[in-house]
Amino acid sequence: MERLIKQGIDLIKGIWSLGVGLAVTAWYLVNRKITVQYPKQVVPREASESFRGPIELVGQPKDPATPKCISCMMCVSACPSGCISITKQKPPKLSPEEEKAFAEAEARGEKPKRPVAPRNPATWRYNYTYCSLCACCIEACPVNSIKFSNELYLAGTSRGDFHYDLLARLKRKAAEAKAAEDAKASETKDSGSADAAAQPGSPNISQAVPEKADEASSASGQAKSEAAL
Amino acid sequence: MNEFSLWTVFTLVVGLVAILAFIAGNAMALVWMERKVAGFIQRRPGPNQLGPAGVLQSVADAVKLLFKQILKPSNADSIIFFLAPILSFFPVALLFMPLPFSPFFTAYSPNLGLLLILAFSGINVLAVLLAGWSSNNKYSLYGAARGVSQSVAYEIPLLLAVLAIAFQHGTLNLSEIVEQQGGWPWQWNVFTQPLAFLIYFISIFGETNRSPFDLPEAESELTAGFHTEYSGMGFALFFLAEYANMVLVCCVATALFLGGWKGPFLDGFWWFLAKAYGLLFIMMWVRWTYPRARFDMLLNLNWKWLLPLGALNLLATAFVMKLF
Amino acid sequence: MTRPIFSDTKGDFYSINFEKGARENTIILNMGPQHPSTHGVLRILLELDGEYIVRAEPVLGYLHRMHEKMGEVKTVGQYMANMGRVDYLHAMAWNWAWAGAAERLAGIEVPERAEYLRIIATELNRIASHQVWWGAYILDLGAFTPILYSFEDREKILDMLQMMSGARLTFSYFRLGGVANDVPPVFFDRLREFIPYMRNRLNMYHALVTGNMILKQRIEGIGVMDVDACNRYGATGPMCRGSGIAHDTRRAEPYGLYDRFDFNIPVYHEGCCMARYMVRLDEIEESLKILEQAVAAIPEGPVLPAKPLKFNAKLPAGEAYYAVEGGRGKIGVWVASDGGKTPYRIKLRAPGFSNLSIFSELAEGTLIADSIAILGSLDLVIPEVDR
Repeated sequence: MERLIKQGIDLIKGIWSLGVGLAVTAWYLVNRKITVQYPKQVVPREASESFRGPIELVGQPKDPATPKCISCMMCVSACPSGCISITKQKPPKLSPEEEKAFAEAEARGEKPKRPVAPRNPATWRYNYTYCSLCACCIEACPVNSIKFSNELYLAGTSRGDFHYDLLARLKRKAAEAKAAEDAKASETKDSGSADAAAQPGSPNISQAVPEKADEASSASGQAKSEAAL
Repeated sequence: MNEFSLWTVFTLVVGLVAILAFIAGNAMALVWMERKVAGFIQRRPGPNQLGPAGVLQSVADAVKLLFKQILKPSNADSIIFFLAPILSFFPVALLFMPLPFSPFFTAYSPNLGLLLILAFSGINVLAVLLAGWSSNNKYSLYGAARGVSQSVAYEIPLLLAVLAIAFQHGTLNLSEIVEQQGGWPWQWNVFTQPLAFLIYFISIFGETNRSPFDLPEAESELTAGFHTEYSGMGFALFFLAEYANMVLVCCVATALFLGGWKGPFLDGFWWFLAKAYGLLFIMMWVRWTYPRARFDMLLNLNWKWLLPLGALNLLATAFVMKLF
Repeated sequence: MTRPIFSDTKGDFYSINFEKGARENTIILNMGPQHPSTHGVLRILLELDGEYIVRAEPVLGYLHRMHEKMGEVKTVGQYMANMGRVDYLHAMAWNWAWAGAAERLAGIEVPERAEYLRIIATELNRIASHQVWWGAYILDLGAFTPILYSFEDREKILDMLQMMSGARLTFSYFRLGGVANDVPPVFFDRLREFIPYMRNRLNMYHALVTGNMILKQRIEGIGVMDVDACNRYGATGPMCRGSGIAHDTRRAEPYGLYDRFDFNIPVYHEGCCMARYMVRLDEIEESLKILEQAVAAIPEGPVLPAKPLKFNAKLPAGEAYYAVEGGRGKIGVWVASDGGKTPYRIKLRAPGFSNLSIFSELAEGTLIADSIAILGSLDLVIPEVDR
């Protein structure tokens, strides 16, 4: 008898549990959606800022289009997967006359200073398909010329899309940053400082991105204000 | 009604064509609705790219399935393999004939409409069995075996629940059963026969292989169960049959228990469709909430609970009907 | 005995051997390596009598990536990236096991703030790991929705872990002697917000799934594993705690600063799938407790020692073993060095491997559906099993 009563209670509890489950899903059914509709929306910028994606080069403070890199090849040997290939620049070719002049000077017993190769690399190629983002190249770099980018949306149609030419990338980014800075400066002149302060974009991203990021960040603002069940 | 006149033939043909269109349209609408409900429950928008709110997504899927290559596993029994999907879909089309969407929208209203539905709904099981057997795949075989024992088991309580209604109204004609119910909710059979409705509603989950009783196609156990080896239109027909079956059982439930086309005001087929879709929504809601039952749980529920309760309910109905 | 020629026979080495011991009138079913509920590329050979399992045998090696051998050709820092890929769901614990083994051999001290950050990272990752397990397990049992709810919460954790390490899945956050970098101050605000939020969500998990009648009947009393079986197979983590052994590496062999923290070890005595389920959900709560204390007590300071081991440092000759508690059980790393550029030999002790070995015994005599429930309750991560 006792067993029967216990079974009955269990049954009622079980049926109640089924109802509770339905109530939970019903609550979410009428609730707000939380997914980000990529590519129409992207995640807010502050969410991707801390992301550590494929590596990129760091420009010199005075000349952002040229990397700090001194072609020492430490990163090439540090990389466990062999992602990085760098070629050094060759010393400038001397014209026959100059060559002759140097040869004569050396023949005289002088020690003329031959022009040396620039320390900057000629090419800096990075194969992201092999990279495991272990940060060994970053630790190995003696001049801190490598850092992680926060490139979040990586997509390509072929393997070759992930063989990056980081020198070209650095030049492009420097140009973009300059353009953005110019645009900001002119805007400040035109419309006063209030608007410029509202501009959310950081200088090194293209102009289309801040709008999207703004839209998405307002969506995430709603997400925060909404309470959990 | 019993005279087989030219008019009957005409309504029959027009009704059959209309019903095929109705099934195809409904199946597509239901697939879209299922995915939307699933999406909303899971806090995502569901299909939203093709057409407004993604309504054309099902059309795109159908086109994709039409164009897909039909593969046949080696050593499969080709005649039965291709017969099975056809056999699963066409009886369903026939079953829509006696459904009274409204006094006007009834393709064929035989005196034994209910019996017709109960008789032909069994053919679907045969299709599942043939598909599983001919696929030359062990998962399919298991799915088929599960499907047969499940459908056979669940047809009995279904029958008992339906019989109770037939007892109460003294007819097997669906239109007449609807006629005898009133427009207001308390005049529906669901209030005079709540137990029968409950048994019926649980049984249709088993009958249509819907979660939590979707054992014949249990994804995490049998990959896709009886239709593992089907691609393209073979799969599409099974898919169509599943959704057509869902519509059918919900329509029957509407006619039997929820007053059919009658509403508090403005009687018509809209009431019928609204009620049927309400039931369909509940089926989807349940699917996206519960885990799958195990096989012995399924049969225990059937043989230990639904069957005795159904029989008791039938007896009580008969007793009450005799008394008053 | 001649070796079977593969082109002439049906099936491969494993299925041929398995078929040899088959009884009459049974079906041999090859489940996996591609199957929805074998979590990647596990392959299980089943001998079935109707729906009942007569014999079951897992076949491993489909995701073998030679992580141990790779350790012999990589320097200590280069190997850290491998650790994030051994067990992708609880990468931080593997990070810690490797960093700990190397530190023990090299004899370096870890700054206190780094120790706290390690605990925060590992516990956050443990919650994320259990959430994935929870969702995937219920998915195995046939309900699709819970995994999306758990992933919703997991995203919040991954956001925080991204703030720490910059990655969202295969972390290599630990460095020899500390952690890669400090966290921004906003991280602690996020974490403080997250703890009560997660407690709320845990209640939702219990309401939606744990209490559910169907689930209870599916997993209560299924796959019962006694203390003896745990000992024989070396089952650790939630597997042994579900069977009544209160063994947790964080308590049994305290490492890091875990001896400073106040937390319980959830133990259930039933040994069934439900017990393991409850252990894991309770562990989420315990991890939240640890996080709460860690956020309150974390000191300021550096995150790397003054003289950290560089990524290409040479380990002194000798051996060291370091064990940590991962989401799946006891993770052990043994490293031997002859003082060269790379370690001489590395052995990884993966809890998943021991936990999977028990499957043959547990699955015997159960239904197919039960075997799926048992397999799910082992919380397998195949890359970790195969290494």
